[in-house]
Amino acid sequence: MGRSRQSDAVRMGLAVLVGLLVIAGAYAIFFVAPMEASQREIQRIFYFHVGSAWTAGVAFLIVFIANIGYLSKRAPMWDRLAVSSAEVGLAFCTVVLITGPIWAKPVWGVAWVWDARLTTTAVLWLLYVGYLLLRSFLDDPARRAVASAAFGIFAFLDVPLVYFSIRIWRTQHPQPVIAGGEGSGLDPMMWRVFLFNWVALLGVMALLIWKRYRVEALLREVEELEVEIAWKEADAASRSVLAGQNN
Amino acid sequence: MKNFEFIFAAYTVGWAVFFVYYLTVIRRLGRAEEELQRLKEMLQGK
Repeated sequence: MGRSRQSDAVRMGLAVLVGLLVIAGAYAIFFVAPMEASQREIQRIFYFHVGSAWTAGVAFLIVFIANIGYLSKRAPMWDRLAVSSAEVGLAFCTVVLITGPIWAKPVWGVAWVWDARLTTTAVLWLLYVGYLLLRSFLDDPARRAVASAAFGIFAFLDVPLVYFSIRIWRTQHPQPVIAGGEGSGLDPMMWRVFLFNWVALLGVMALLIWKRYRVEALLREVEELEVEIAWKEADAASRSVLAGQNN
Repeated sequence: MKNFEFIFAAYTVGWAVFFVYYLTVIRRLGRAEEELQRLKEMLQGK
């Protein structure tokens, strides 16, 4: 109980800190970051769109590591971490797929094109929806964990494909601004504002995973208790049958 | 501010996704806690 209260206090403290980071980040986006010369104001979506994409990548990397962890150790905590992180990563990927077209419409004239970057990102979203659907179809916890871990490792293969898509193919999506080689790069102040906001988004991700992990831990406890009750009921039934035979 | 509606939409809808997701997690947490409590009471009653 004491440990649970301590954990709640830490979570609350972190939530306040992340909330302050998000507010300060929003201020920096609109009042500190310089105006981009060609796109003007609409470029300010960049901080949220790219930050969410990078955060989704981190969340899916956690899923990948947790999947490998589960297959090698078979410890349930890896499975809980994997599903929690997959859901949160999917939320961030959803934000990427929503903010991208909103940004694209006034800049490209169309909200969506089937270029390599957009298509691989849409496939990524579908893969992790599939990961969660697969889990919902399997009742046995051990089979569910193994099957979803194997699928999760396969799904992660799309993450580097998304990253390299704009480096390998010519796309409507802009070529890389960060780590894009000669001629690319961000204004130093834009870079600082971006990193600050990315840290805030990573904080949001961590809090959501933490909360979602708690749900998963409770659900596993529920499953274990259901099995225990079923055993007790079966035991009581067999005892009453035996007692009836003896009488 | 030019294109204000697009910037507003991107940030509003984006944060709404996180908020709605958070609400679903909270709801599932509440349900799981209730179910766990019910099962514990059931087990103690036996």
